Amino acid sequence: MALVSAALKQGQITPTELCQKCLSLIKKTKFLNAYITVSEEVALKQAEESEKRYKQGHSLGDLDGIPVAVKDNFSTAGIETTCASNMLKGYVPPYNATVVQKLLDQGALLMGKTNLDEFAMGCLASLLRLRSGSTDGVFGPVKNPWSYSKQYREKKKQKSHDENEDSNWLITGGSSGGSAAAVSAFTCFAALGSDTGGSTRNPAAHCGLVGLKPSYGLVSRHGLIPLVNSMDVPGILTRCVDDAAIVLGVLAGHDPKDSTTIQDPVKPFMLSSLTDVSKLCVGIPKEYLTPELSSEIRSLWSKAANLFESEGAKVIEVSLPHTSYSIVCYHVLCTSEVASNMARFDGLEYGHRCDIDVSTEAMYAATRREGFNDVILEVLLNTLFKPFTVIVVNYENYFVKAQKVRRLIANDFVNVFNSGVDVLLTPTTLSEAVPYTEFIKEDNRTRSAQDDIFTQAVNMAGLPAVSVPTALSHQGLPIGLQFIGRAFCDQQLLTVAKWFEKQVQFPVIQIQELMDNCSSVFENEKLASVTLKQ
Amino acid sequence: MWARAVWLAFRAPAGGRRGLTAKAGPQGSVRITAEMIEHLERLALVDFGSQEAVARLEKAIAFADRLRAVDTDGVEPMESVLEDRCLYLRSDNVIEGNCAEEVLQNSHRVVEEYFVAPPDRWVLRAATSLWTFGNRL
Repeated sequence: MALVSAALKQGQITPTELCQKCLSLIKKTKFLNAYITVSEEVALKQAEESEKRYKQGHSLGDLDGIPVAVKDNFSTAGIETTCASNMLKGYVPPYNATVVQKLLDQGALLMGKTNLDEFAMGCLASLLRLRSGSTDGVFGPVKNPWSYSKQYREKKKQKSHDENEDSNWLITGGSSGGSAAAVSAFTCFAALGSDTGGSTRNPAAHCGLVGLKPSYGLVSRHGLIPLVNSMDVPGILTRCVDDAAIVLGVLAGHDPKDSTTIQDPVKPFMLSSLTDVSKLCVGIPKEYLTPELSSEIRSLWSKAANLFESEGAKVIEVSLPHTSYSIVCYHVLCTSEVASNMARFDGLEYGHRCDIDVSTEAMYAATRREGFNDVILEVLLNTLFKPFTVIVVNYENYFVKAQKVRRLIANDFVNVFNSGVDVLLTPTTLSEAVPYTEFIKEDNRTRSAQDDIFTQAVNMAGLPAVSVPTALSHQGLPIGLQFIGRAFCDQQLLTVAKWFEKQVQFPVIQIQELMDNCSSVFENEKLASVTLKQ
Repeated sequence: MWARAVWLAFRAPAGGRRGLTAKAGPQGSVRITAEMIEHLERLALVDFGSQEAVARLEKAIAFADRLRAVDTDGVEPMESVLEDRCLYLRSDNVIEGNCAEEVLQNSHRVVEEYFVAPPDRWVLRAATSLWTFGNRL
């Protein structure tokens, strides 16, 4: 992003040209189904304004003129916001989410709203053994750009001579799959996702991207249609760690409209290039070594740990003893909060409204049955034991118990960090991206329910975490590893991530069909880098 | 100790009526009544009065039961990870508003500046009885 920003400043490319290239790429990659709404007119108008600023030498900063995409569960004024649900089809918010406003105030170009699992319930859907992985929104599933990459296809050809190129496309992971596909396919330079249990990091790992979940309280949730208020955070997806840091610098900070944002002053920061990791202590949580973890990822995780050690860092095994309860705990807390948050969808003030007008209750029930998909109905079903337990069984059995277990899980992390560990190194996902046809098979759902095991405890503890693309699998697909940092130490976390990124040199995706269009985007990046070197 | 299990008993539903009885068993087992299901449906505003649905409910509760294995004696429930900080409160000044039109624009049914809802079923019943009563006079 910095390279393109420099190119814009030097006039090697104009914001309008950049915008048009990205728009054309969006059209070419429509089959990925990454976008629900493409805001072409808005983006071009913003590009025009950005161009004026550059001509006058008054650019707003690193993001001025940079195409970005926003997950469709963030409110965007005047642009339809659906959460990939029938319940909000046609809903046009009258205001921008704070994070969207911040991007626009920096001159970023809003290319469109990206696809997601309905209401961003990817991880929860997995828990309930329903589809997720950005496959269950009403606009259809998102395809992983790596399905069409040279790296993957060459490996596949070696195995089979399947002529049908598109039948076995891969999922992106979820729930921010659209945002991940959008960035991975070069249609934008950064995208907003949301992260409640891993929804930004999971698709980042599957699509070879950097997926950052900031500390809870660092970035405003105002305008993010909430799922779990105590765990949701806006997430950032980019192609490199530096870009994620730039975006975080813009988004972080207190928002008077979100009382859960901390008031500590936050300034945009430049990531320093770490050269010496000898003072770093990396923790490897032993409970994360589960049998479900693919042997390839396990081996990569081990190599990464060795890499840190060989460069002088202290690498130690640590324990997070309550890991095995985190999925259940997450399930109880989430389903309760989600049910509360879904209560607002009654068809009266906004969103879908059914035709039944007999009574309020009948109208509400029918509206919700028509508006919500199976996942949400299932969630509501599963949350019923919360009011159920209030009525009949002691409330403390479930919800309060889960809150106590949450504290134990959060304390596990505190204890580890207090013992001198700076960052934790863990896998992000259990395996690489799988083909859609495999994903939807009944017997695979059990495994996907466990897929958030590495990501959701972080949300319960409110810690920052980032998935960094590490290497390609034997099938030519991206594998990411996760770093977890101390609360509000996002900058330090990203510094370590940047060092790691430099060490592993993850390859750029080679997308054949898009190569012609891609090369022109690359040319500008190359131009800019040549100019900077001079 | 806490209730150990949830028991669901169905008699053959004649006309959809589920024969369940509410009883806290001697071991603390709990049964779900039809009234409870109705009440829950009303709270969640979701129709799901089927055998399958109740079975799913049982599964969800059994899943959540796993938490019982954790020793949480003396542990305070955690409501927010930011519990050590003070929640920010804005000063009580009006800084925005006057956007009734914007707020109303997304509703399907609006009359002047009101959102229109169908009558509450209790109001409906009351209105119906009043009407019937009125007619008898």
